[in-house]
Amino acid sequence: MNRFLKNREILLVVIIAIMVAGFSTRAPGFASPGNLANIFNDTSILIILALGQMTVILTKSIDLSVAANLAFTGMAVAMTNAAYPDLPLALLIVMAIGIGAFLGAINGFLVWALQIPPIVVTLGTLTIYRGMAFVLSGGGWVNAHQMTPSFLNIPRTPVLGLPILSWIAIVIVLGAWFVLTRLPFGRAAYASGGNPTAAVYAGIDIGWTRFLAFVLSGALAGLSSYLWVSRYAVAYVDIAAGFELDTVAACVIGGISIAGGIGSVAGAVLGSLFLGVIKNALPVIGISPFAQMAISGIVIVLAVVFNARAEKKAGRIILRDRAAPEVSA
Amino acid sequence: MSEVATTKRVIPDRLGTKTSRMLASWEVLLFGVAALIFIFNSFASPYFLNAWNLSDATFNFTEKAMIAFAMALLVIAGEIDLSVAAIIALASTAMGAAAQMGIGTPGLVMIGIGTGLLCGAFNGLLVAGLRLPSIVVTIGTMSLFRGISYIVLGDQAYGKYPESFAYFGQGYVAWVFSFEFVLFIGLAIAFAILLHATNFGRQVYVIGNNEFAARFSGIPVERVKFILFLLTGLMAGVAAVCLTSRLGSTRPSIAQGWELEVVTMVVLGGVSILGGAGTIAGVVIAAFVMGLVTFGLGLLNVPGIVMSIFVGLLLIITIAVPIIARRIKEMNR
Repeated sequence: MNRFLKNREILLVVIIAIMVAGFSTRAPGFASPGNLANIFNDTSILIILALGQMTVILTKSIDLSVAANLAFTGMAVAMTNAAYPDLPLALLIVMAIGIGAFLGAINGFLVWALQIPPIVVTLGTLTIYRGMAFVLSGGGWVNAHQMTPSFLNIPRTPVLGLPILSWIAIVIVLGAWFVLTRLPFGRAAYASGGNPTAAVYAGIDIGWTRFLAFVLSGALAGLSSYLWVSRYAVAYVDIAAGFELDTVAACVIGGISIAGGIGSVAGAVLGSLFLGVIKNALPVIGISPFAQMAISGIVIVLAVVFNARAEKKAGRIILRDRAAPEVSA
Repeated sequence: MSEVATTKRVIPDRLGTKTSRMLASWEVLLFGVAALIFIFNSFASPYFLNAWNLSDATFNFTEKAMIAFAMALLVIAGEIDLSVAAIIALASTAMGAAAQMGIGTPGLVMIGIGTGLLCGAFNGLLVAGLRLPSIVVTIGTMSLFRGISYIVLGDQAYGKYPESFAYFGQGYVAWVFSFEFVLFIGLAIAFAILLHATNFGRQVYVIGNNEFAARFSGIPVERVKFILFLLTGLMAGVAAVCLTSRLGSTRPSIAQGWELEVVTMVVLGGVSILGGAGTIAGVVIAAFVMGLVTFGLGLLNVPGIVMSIFVGLLLIITIAVPIIARRIKEMNR
């Protein structure tokens, strides 16, 4: 039982299943395959962003600028689409990923080369990127009628019963799993967060690994920006405001340690789905959507408490950390 | 070798205050920046050099600076509180709800400050009591506190505050000196004494420099951290009273994004984000710098969101410059 409780992924699957079952007693259609597919589709963007955030957190950093990156890149892509409707969609998507990766690279460079704490860097770039979105658009909106039909419709086109948006998320999940568990970069990411000193002695360039993690997070934010703008058919300065917290929440709920080095792709996906189920269930069970913010807050705090308990007995401490809690006990 | 052994070696209690070192200190540098901005602003806009305009400009930073004092102590001790703006929202909502029930001004102030203290205690309990990382905890409570405001208010707003309540944000003590400005100066002095002249302040520095050593020297690390979170909550409550009184209304989006500006103020003031170093004087000057920059840009009709770009750049540049300077110095060696 204890081992079962320690496996975060299984625990989350059970909790999500219980939640879905509970909600479907109030609203009979809630557990239907169609609705579950809807919830997955609705959570796709969060899943993609959470995977980028997770990679950054694994390296003992945090990226609070993802939502601002999404807003700026989304605005750039939407304005390009409105101004040059003839540009092929593939080029726009490449552009989105490119701009996103570039903004991520700025974060990564500041963390890597100047060794400024990631939270300070991304708090700063968060306001800068969103401010730039305002400068770019002059505070204006890009509305659905200014966007081309292919720009709007491709992510919604169903293929094999799921919209393309969902398939993109599935591909990214598989890709993230491959990168983090099968490539040297993944090993380096876990190592440089789990034990930076040991990682250096093992020949891992921590700064470079963090830089790559930020670039990856930025690129995924860029991809998400197109998906977001196309899904909601509008681009303005404040899109996805505060969404960076949801990505952090999804990671924390999914058992990814904020101290770095611990976490799995499945955890991040399940953490996102957990939030997605709650978000979709609130209107169904008659709770005001205004309650969502407080609920995510409670869930984050509970998840942090829970993570701390789970990590406490993770291993035998041979070399004590300078802030090891055992000291005062 | 014997020469070294016979030489009397003295470890000074404090580093010598050479004029050159004093001139190169962060505070003096920052003061120079403030003076430059002041001169630039007075040339850029004919409306700048006016006692009443300058007095109005202080409202840009006094409320944020009050929180920044407490935040500076927290950052020096190696922790951070990102929930301060959300505490303002919750405290303001509590005061608004109480005002609708007809509670008078003294009661409102107590409710505002009490809410701040409660929120601070909650953060402190989680960080110091359960030993959780303060960044994530306060990201969570930030969402929780503001979320409660959204549950209470939704898309509504509270108004109808008693007339005497307006004094805290709109009143003047003497001539152009507003109540907020006088409170800001008083709090600056109080925090400077607390940090630089008391045992408690010393303990804050020790914890930030070496928590491990602090525990071995018998410093009650958890208690100090809890008190610091309590203080930050208290200051957020005080700021909530001033801000609510100044605006005369409460929306759940009140003080949105202030946590960033407060942290920027603290870091700009020369407080090390890694903990262990910083002064209140630096934070005070940083408050003036930020107030002058935003006021000057405002006079030049720069929109608020563009100003936030400057705040973000200021934050990154002020941290990057000393690091780059140190690199260059090391390279020349």
